[in-house]
Parts: sequence; C-alpha cells; structure tokens
Amino acid sequence: MNKKIINPEDATNIVKNSILKRRSKDSRLKLFGRVAIGLAVCFLLFLFYSIFTKGYPGFFQYYVTLDINFDRERIDPKGDLSDNSLFDGDASTIVNESLFSVVEPKGRKEKKLAKKIVSSGKDVRIAKMVKDDPSLFGTVTQVKFALDDDIDSFLRGYIKRETPESERRINDKVIGFIDKLNEEGRISYEFSDYILSGSASGNPEMAGIKGAFIGSILTLSVCLLIAFPLGVATAVYLEEIAKKNRITEIIEVNINNLAAVPSVVFGIMGLAIFISIFGMPRSIPLVGGMVLALMTLPTIIISSRAAIRAVPPSVRDAAYGIGASKLQVIFHHVIPLAMPGMLTGTIIGMAQALGETAPLLMIGMVAFIVDIPNSVLDPGTVLPVQIFMWADFAERMFIQKTSAAIIVLLGFLISMNALAVYLRKKLERRW
Amino acid sequence: MLGYNRAKGLVNLNQKNLHSLTHYYGIFCLLSALLPTLGVFFIFTICDDLVFAELVKEYIPNEVINSKDYNFTIVLAQINNSVEGLVFGTPPQWVTNAAEIWKSWVIKSNILTMIVCAITILTSGFLSYKKIHSEFRSRNAVEKIVMTILGVSSVIAILTTIAIIFSVVFESIRFFALIPYDEFLFGTVWNPQFEGAERAGSGQEGLSQYGAIPLFAGTFLISIIALCVSVPIGLLSAIYLSEYASSKERAFFKPLLEVLAGIPTVVYGFFAALTVAPFLRSSGSMLGLDIASESALAAGLVMGIMIIPFISSLSDDVINAVPQSLRDAGYGLGSTKNETVMKIVLPAALPGVVASIILAVSRAVGETMIVVMAAGLAANLTANPLEAVTTVTSQIVTILVGDQEFESAKTLSAFALALTLIIITLGMNFYALHVVKKYREQYE
Repeated sequence: MNKKIINPEDATNIVKNSILKRRSKDSRLKLFGRVAIGLAVCFLLFLFYSIFTKGYPGFFQYYVTLDINFDRERIDPKGDLSDNSLFDGDASTIVNESLFSVVEPKGRKEKKLAKKIVSSGKDVRIAKMVKDDPSLFGTVTQVKFALDDDIDSFLRGYIKRETPESERRINDKVIGFIDKLNEEGRISYEFSDYILSGSASGNPEMAGIKGAFIGSILTLSVCLLIAFPLGVATAVYLEEIAKKNRITEIIEVNINNLAAVPSVVFGIMGLAIFISIFGMPRSIPLVGGMVLALMTLPTIIISSRAAIRAVPPSVRDAAYGIGASKLQVIFHHVIPLAMPGMLTGTIIGMAQALGETAPLLMIGMVAFIVDIPNSVLDPGTVLPVQIFMWADFAERMFIQKTSAAIIVLLGFLISMNALAVYLRKKLERRW
Repeated sequence: MLGYNRAKGLVNLNQKNLHSLTHYYGIFCLLSALLPTLGVFFIFTICDDLVFAELVKEYIPNEVINSKDYNFTIVLAQINNSVEGLVFGTPPQWVTNAAEIWKSWVIKSNILTMIVCAITILTSGFLSYKKIHSEFRSRNAVEKIVMTILGVSSVIAILTTIAIIFSVVFESIRFFALIPYDEFLFGTVWNPQFEGAERAGSGQEGLSQYGAIPLFAGTFLISIIALCVSVPIGLLSAIYLSEYASSKERAFFKPLLEVLAGIPTVVYGFFAALTVAPFLRSSGSMLGLDIASESALAAGLVMGIMIIPFISSLSDDVINAVPQSLRDAGYGLGSTKNETVMKIVLPAALPGVVASIILAVSRAVGETMIVVMAAGLAANLTANPLEAVTTVTSQIVTILVGDQEFESAKTLSAFALALTLIIITLGMNFYALHVVKKYREQYE
C-alpha cells in the first residue's frame, strides 16, 4: 500500500467543499426534528379539534315549545303528587293534544307519526315540573320539550331533505309537521338540559352524563381513600423505617412490576378476587375504586418516595438533635415537607384512574344503569365507560353526546393536571 | 380520651415523672381499644353470611335436596333474593320461611356483633387504661403500633402481586387442563364458543378452537404499525428538544407532547373508530384500496400517536444524561452538530433509547381500549394492515365483559391470555431495565 500524501491546499479544498454538505446535513436534521414535533403537535391539535367540533353541538339540542294545559285531574288523578299518581296520569296525551293543535295531523296514521316528534321523556318532564312547582296546576304554560333524535338530526342537516323519502329515517309528512312548527317559531336550539342532568338512556335526546359523573366521583373517592393512605404509608416505611434487606428489595421490585402490568390485568384480578372469591356484587363503585386503587398505588408510592427523598437530611438531623423520636421526625417534619410532592403524585394518579376504562369493563361497570348511584354500593358506571358504551350506539346524536362527554372528561383531566403543576410550582422548595 | 384525661391527672399529680407526652397516652388507649374491635367487627361481618349459609341448609326440605337438579348456590340465591324483598313469581313456602329465619338471624347477629364489639372495646380500653401510670412508656408503644401499621401497608404491594399471579395462574391451569397448551400456543385458529365445562364428550369437539397465534400476530402487527409512527417522531423530537431547541422551546413543547400520554385511551379509541378509520377508508377507496372499517392500520396509527411521549420523554432524558464533555470533544474535533449527535451522542445514549422503545412496545401490547374500539374482533391471521385483526387484550375484554360462567373454557381462556400478556410485558420491562443497568456505568 502506498501512502497518499495530500498536500495542504488540496486538503483545505476538500474540507471547504464538504463543509457545505455537512452544514446542510445539519440543518436537515434540525428540520426533521422540527417536523417531528410539528407532526406530534398537529396530531394533538387535530384530536382536540375533531372532538371539540363534534362535541360542542352535543351540549345543545333542539326543543319544541308547546302550550300545556296543566289540568290537575288528568296529570295527577289522585291529587297527592305521588309518583304513582303521576304515573297514572296521562301527561303525554296532554302534550300530544297540544302538539296536534299546532300541526293538525289528519287520521290515525299521521297522528301516530306526529306523536313521535316529541321525545318520549315528555311525561317525566311534566311530572317533574308539577312536583317542583304545584302552582302550575290550572294554568296554561309554555313548556319546552326535547325533540326526537331523528328530528334533531334533520334540523342539524344530517338528514337531508333532498334524499329520497324511502332512504330517509323520517318521511315527508313529518317534515311537513316540522316546517309548521318552525313557521310558528316553536322550535329552538338551546343548551341541552339533559346532557348534564340526565342519566344513561336508550334515547339519545334524553341521555346525559350525570349518572356516570356521580359514579366517577364515588369510584374516585374510594380509590383515593384507599390508595393515598396506603401509598404514603408504604413510601414512608420504605424510605424512612425499613432497613435495606431482602424483604424491602422484594417489595420494591414488586412495586415496579405493578407499575408495568397492563391495566386490563388489574380488572381480571378484580374479577377473580373481589367478585368471584369474595362474592362482591358486580358494577359497584366500591369494587371499581378498589381495583383502581391497586392500579394507582405504584404511581403514588413512587412519587411519594421521590418527595421524601428530596427532604434534606439536615432537617431530620436537626429534629433528632432536639430529641425527637423517629416517628416524631417522620410525622412532624418529613411528611409535612414532602406533602406537596406526595399530593402532586396522588393527583396525577387520580387523573390516570379517572380516565381508565379497561379494568372497569372487567368488573361489570358497563351495565346499562339508569338510576343515579347514591352510594358506593349502588351499581353505577363511570365517565370513560359511558363514553365507550355510547361510542357503540349507531344514532348520530350519540356521537355528539359522546364527544360532549369526552370534553367534560378532558376538562376534568386537564384541570387536575393543571392543579398538580400549580401545586408543584407553588409549594416546591429548593434546598 | 379517657387515657388522655388519666394522663393529665397523672401530670397534675406528679408532673415531672411522666415518660411520654400526654397525648400519647390518649392515642395509645384509642389504638389499643379500636384495633381489636375493628378486627372483631370484620370477622363477624365476613363470617355471618357463611355461617348463615351453613345454618340455612337445615331449613331446606329433604325432597328438594334429594331431587336431581339440586344446586345449593341457586337455592341460596333464591333465599337471599327473598330476604332482600325481590320475589319473582311465587316462591315455594320453604323459601319464604327460610328467608324469614334468615332475617331474624341478621338482626340477631347485628346485635351480637354490637355487643361483642362493645365488650372488646371496653375490655381492651380498660386494659390499656390500667396500663397507664407514670413509668409506662406509651410513646414507644404507640410508635411500635404505628410502625407495624406502616409495615403492613407496604406489604399490600406484594399482596396485590400475589393476588394477580394467583388469580391468573390458577385459572390458567384450569384452562390448560381443558385445552392442551401446545394447541393454545401454536394453534392458528381462534374461535371460542361457550360449550359448558366439558369439552370432550359434549358432542361439540372441534367447534371451539383456542389457537392464540392469530391474536399474537394481531398484537404484533398493531404494535409494529404503532412503532413505525412513534419511533421516528418520538426519537427525532427527542433529538431536537435536547440538542437544538432553546430552553424556552423545550419548556413549551415537552409538556405539550406529554399531554398525549395523559389523554384517556378511550378517547383515542373513539378518535380512531370515528375519525381515523372512516378517513382511511375513504382515502383508501380513492386509491383503489379496500380498507376494512375496522382495520389494524387505524388502531396502529392512533396507538402510535399515543406512545410518542413515552419514547420522546424517556429518550430526551437519556440524551440529556450524556455528559457534555463528550459533545465538547466532538465539537473540538471540528464536527458539526449533526455529526456530534449522530456519531457520539446517540451511540452513547443508545441503551436508554432502546429501553424507552421496549417500554413503549410493552405499553402498546398491553393497550386495550384503542384496539377494542378500532381494531375489530375477527381473529384473522394476516399480515395485511388494511384488514381487521384482533389482539390479546381485546379478546380478554370481549370474553370477560358481561355475565359469564366461570367453568367454561371460553372464560378460562381469557385468563390464559392474561397470563401470556403479563409474561410478555413484564419480560420486556425486565429486559429494558437490564439494558439500562448494564450499559449505564460506561459514561459515569
């Protein structure tokens, strides 16, 4: 091999020529990096955009205003305002009559069609109104009723007038009725009072998230009550009390493993242990909260340990120095100082638990439950599961309601995370 | 309270001789009175149903027990329903009778529990009260109790793990007693059906098939698609954030990327099923491709978006951990930023980057809601990302949602799937940690 000796001038030229290439390579990498971040942020924005544009209309729906004659004899035949008596009354006939007086249907068939314009929750609505305010009896008052979801979709323009009648979910006669109502200015587009105060329902126009929301709160409270004390106690024990030996090592490995176990497995464990062996009922927030607590425990333990570790030894030494016992040091000094960090971890863990779906599916929180749960022992469902269930329904209006529920869920998650960030910023201490 | 008062009294009597602070005496009394009582209470509440179930057997008429379709659980449920006032049709007289007796037992046992609890609380309270005198070291006693409580709570983590392993392994063993494990691991057809506990001899052999290969393949396919999305984006973002971005940009974009990890998976699932899948379908038909409405592609893409932050955040941390001196050495030799990053920083950070990718894969494998909502349920053995596939997690969900009999092979198969899932994800995690540990010391 003969060595090539490059003379200095050539070398300079080679370097000079290559430098442009190298620089452009450099800026290319930078560009790629920017594009990658831009893509990720675009995904995020697109996700939010698509959910908000779908979900915003979900908070609103179309109502029809009808003049209702509150005839006590007919609405409340027994006259005692009891559920039974109101159920016996024929409030829905009154509503239908009022509707007929406006749209004037001819014959049985048209009447049958016209009846379906107003959502089937009309009698419940009247019952609730007279219960809240019995002085309505004997008056003729204008009342707003939700329209059926097909009519709603028509008014929103999802069902087109131009589509041939046979392919439409509503026929020409009904469209005629709607036009009539519209001419009289009886149809209005307003903030839906069902979405926030209603419960699960097969009728999309009446479905709401209140039941799921309360269920979420109950489940999360159980989760918090179990996971927070246990997590903090474990963290304190591992960081401050336990000697480093085999047992603590096993505990640590276990905690890390638990953090890596897929959430659906926790659901399986809940099903096999709590429901199958202990015989607890399905779909109750208590079991859901317990499963979620076990799931969030690692998050809380890990962040609490980090918070305890961040407390400088000088604080402990000072406390020992004035004669405090070990527990006094821990409870009077270390825990109060580590509290912000522990709380931050707990809030983040709770946010995870709030958004979790899969384990709750396993323990049967997918049941169709209309009643709003009153205690942790009543069957209930939670927001994410409600979203999952609604996403399966075919009606167009459910898509909007689902997106609306997602907006509520995301709102809570974002505010919880913001709270965690705020706490960390505000209470963080630099030593 | 009493202890506190007594201690106060003692303080008044001989002020200086008390060993501990007064409130420790109070807490000691409280704890030693409450803890045994709580224990007794729990034992009673858990046991009474079991005891009643045994006792109620006497009230079931003989002809019922001797009849062919006697099943104690069903009878018990009948009685329980009747106790709670849920009556379907007209139950036999003996059920109503048993329910009446059961009700009286419940009242009796409640009274008994209360009495026993009261006795325990009084005796243990009294005993601890007696113990209080000036030499008694109540603080030490309280601390011992509290330490024990703390220690016990740390064992919960172990208990949970044991519970998981116990529940999954136990049921899996029962599954493998019905279905040979080689059929499960290497079979290529997944078609579970309910057919009762006995597979053989029920005349339906061969109807159900539990070959998990299509599920593993589906999981694998979706994870690969997800990685194709998330690895380039995540890694390039990490490089940009740690090497090129100003600290302001970094402070803005890093949390923004992490928002992606905070969005509930059910929201991603909804997004995949209702936005991404129809979009892919319509754009596919424009190109002449037939994309199923539930496709591996849609689920994989959205999952890829979900795991971007796992890769970007972890890789970013690892790249930042590469000592500055290495970069300075690179610049000192006249290399550009690109060359420094590609030839010095990345190789140095490689173990950490690999670990972050492995962790992201294990997250993708364990992810449930996106695949349940967007990937479909058909167990296709295919490598075509445009078709519907199913995954291990989505099968677990479909099998276990709703009511199910615990004896059937179909239900048990979900536990076997969960076992493989745990083994895979934990294995990946261990490997990732191992990679990080093994190569970390090199630069420290």
